[in-house]
This record gives sequence, C-alpha cells and structure tokens, in this order.
Amino acid sequence: MTEDRGAQRLVELLADHEDDFVTQWVATVGESLSGRLSNAELERELRDLYAALRSGLASGALASREDGFAEIRSLLVELSRNRARQGFTPTETAISVFALKQVLEPSLTGSAKDIRAYLQLSRLLDELGLLTAEAYARTREEIISSQADQLLELSTPVVKLWDGVVAVPLVGTLDSARTQVVMERLLQALIDYNSTQAIIDITGVPAVDTQVAQHLLKTVVAARMMGADCVISGIRPQIAQTIVALGIEFGDIPTKGTLADALRHALDTIERDKRLAENRGSLL
Amino acid sequence: MPGDTARRTESIELDGSAGVVKARQLVRSLAQEAGLSLVDQTKLVTAASELARNTVVYGGGGRMEAEAAWSNGRSGVRLLFADEGPGIPDVELALTDGWTTGGGMGLGLSGARRLADEFDLDTGEGRGTRVTIVKWAR
Ligand SMILES: Nc1ncnc2c1ncn2[C@@H]1O[C@H](COP(=O)(O)OP(=O)(O)O)[C@@H](O)[C@H]1O
Ligand SMILES: [Mg+2]
Repeated sequence: MTEDRGAQRLVELLADHEDDFVTQWVATVGESLSGRLSNAELERELRDLYAALRSGLASGALASREDGFAEIRSLLVELSRNRARQGFTPTETAISVFALKQVLEPSLTGSAKDIRAYLQLSRLLDELGLLTAEAYARTREEIISSQADQLLELSTPVVKLWDGVVAVPLVGTLDSARTQVVMERLLQALIDYNSTQAIIDITGVPAVDTQVAQHLLKTVVAARMMGADCVISGIRPQIAQTIVALGIEFGDIPTKGTLADALRHALDTIERDKRLAENRGSLL
Repeated sequence: MPGDTARRTESIELDGSAGVVKARQLVRSLAQEAGLSLVDQTKLVTAASELARNTVVYGGGGRMEAEAAWSNGRSGVRLLFADEGPGIPDVELALTDGWTTGGGMGLGLSGARRLADEFDLDTGEGRGTRVTIVKWAR
C-alpha cells in the first residue's frame, strides 16, 4: 500500500467527481431548505464553496483554521449571515456543509485510502459546520440588538400637540438608555416644531423611583437650557404619594394630573408670554 | 405541621438592571396576592426598586428573597436584599436624605424606610449588606 501523504486521495475524489458532487450537493441542500432559496443562488453558493474547499485541500491544509481555508471560512461566514437574516434555522444553515458528506459516500470503495479520505473530509466539515453555527449566532445577536434599538425609538414618539407645544408620552420603564433617547428626541422636536413648551407625560410609567426621577429632572433641565418650559403630567395618585414618601422634590417644575391640564397650562404660558411681549412693545 | 402550607420563598439574582426589573415584577405580583392597595403596591415596588439597585450598584450584585408574610390576621410581603459587598461603614449617614457616594439622589435607603412598614438594615464595613422590609395590607 502506497502511503497517502496529506489529503491526496480526497483531492482526487473531489476533482474527479466535481460536477456530480456539486449537483447532488445542491439537490440535497435544496431539499432541506424546501425551496425557500432559489436553486440558482444555492448552486452559485455551493459551487464557490466547493472550489474553495478544493483549493484549500490542494494547498495541503487539513484543519479548518489553517490559512489554506481562509477563503472557505469567509464564504461560510457570509452564507451563515445571509441564512440568519433570511430566517433559516441554525440547523438548516449547518446542513449546507454537512450534506457534502452524504454526497461523497456512494463514490467510496471501502479501501483504506477512501476511508481515510472520508474521515479527513468528515472532520474538516464538522469544524466548518461549527463555524456556521457561530457566525449564525453572532448575526442573530446583532439583529436582536438592533431590533431592541428600533423598539427603543418606536416607544418614545414625540408629538406636536399644538402650535408651539410638543409632548412625549412615556410608557413603561424609564432606564438610562431610554432617557437618553427621550431627551434627544424632545430637544430635537423643540427645534423642529419651533416650540417653547414641552410636556412629559408619565401616565404609562408604572413606578417612579429615584433613578427615574433623576432622569426626568435631567431632561427638564436640558429643555430649559434651550429656552423651553417643561411640564410633567400624568402623575397618578399612587405615584404622587410614593414620590412624596421617597422625599423627591420636583422643585419649581410644574406638574399636572392630566395631559389636558398640562396643555392648558402650556397654552396659557404662550398667551402670557405673547401679552408680555406686546406690552413691552407698546411701552417703547 | 399538618395543614400548614410550606412557606414559599422566591429568590431573584440581582446581577444587573435585568435583575432589578425582574425583582420589581415579582414584588408587584406578591403585593397583589397579599391584597395590598394600589398605593401600597406602588410604594413597595418602588422601595424594592431602590434596594435592588443599591444591591447591584453598591453591593456588587446579590439577591432578593421574597415571601408572603402573615401576622395577627394581616397579610403582607417580606423582602430581603442581600449582598456580600463592601458594606456600609456609617449607617446613620447612609440613611440621611440626600447623602450619596454614587451621584444618585441619596434618597433610596431613607426613602425605602419611609415607604415600608418595617425596615431592618444589617451591615458594617466589610460585612456585606442585608436589608429587610415588610409591607402589610391595611
Ligand atoms: N448595598 C449597599 N452596599 C454598600 N453601600 C450601600 C448599599 N446601599 C447603599 N449604600 C450606600 O448608601 C448610600 C445611599 O444610598 P441611597 O440612599 O440609595 O442613595 P443613592 O443610591 O442615590 O446613592 C449610597 O450612595 C452608598 O454609599
Ligand atoms: Mg440608591
């Protein structure tokens, strides 16, 4: 028996049956994805993978982390990212790699060389399959965290209530990340709508602890620095009693029971400012 | 004891803000089960929020243990916040309104004492911190 250096036999097998293997590979994977990916696209992906696999093996590499497999690694990362975005499962993604084992099986003769070649390929594909799982998981995490960001923005709409009056209804828990978003949104809305009155409505906030209060106060201070007046509305009786017992003071920040009361207050302030400006004008 | 239902103590890991949120949710549901009024529910949840955050921020993490309580025919909720952190060297100072070492409002500890019906603070330099509060239904 001649000694088989490296993966000689495997390289031969992959070269001799290229068209056969790729066709069967595409068919097997296509079936597992039950038509949710076009055959043309799948064939292009798998052909590229196949070529990268062959050239890696031809360079003498056998373990997936060797330089010879750099190309197939990056192709697989790309493929896994796409699968994750398209909504395929991690299993469906890894099967794209593992299926090549089955494809190879019928061409094996059972000779020692062939068995060795199969084991080499099998070990390599196992490693590459794990790589897809990792890349898949990383992409899912990215998707989830960007969805959380989007949710954050969605849940803090700033609306123009009236000429010169913007309002932000807060719903849920007010943590540091959300406060930052609320503050930025509110300040931007003051500019965009050319408003001097801001209403922060906390009807939808289940509990106001010292952290929430501190965040609210910071938002009010920032709005004031831009020359706007701030009103906090929607302080329900149980929240008011809790705030008092905690010892929090809202200082000279006007607070109102309902959004309607706050709006009336804001409109009164606008009216008063206008009259003051007029009086000053007539005195000159 | 026959017929005596085992007292169920639930424990929540306080290792970050997610733990604080979980603690608040558990306290809210126990407070409802104990028949606390809406005002008292809100007071207890807020006190728990303060103490849980202190456990995370100053205690370096710890846990909350929560259970239903009974006394003289009244029902209530008992909460323990425990950490193995640096402890509080000067309890009197820490319970002073407005005193903070972390840029907070300094009202969490003193406020929680006012919000609860019973308040016990067991701490000392290098001893970790254990705060127990109870709120009774009226
Ligand atoms: N679990 C704890 N471990 C160590 N120190 C604590 C703990 N809880 C509170 N403290 C100390 O007590 C101070 C007051 O706490 P608190 O009244 O909640 O105010 P704040 O959280 O705004 O600082 C904190 O700044 C901190 O120094
Ligand atoms: Mg605190």
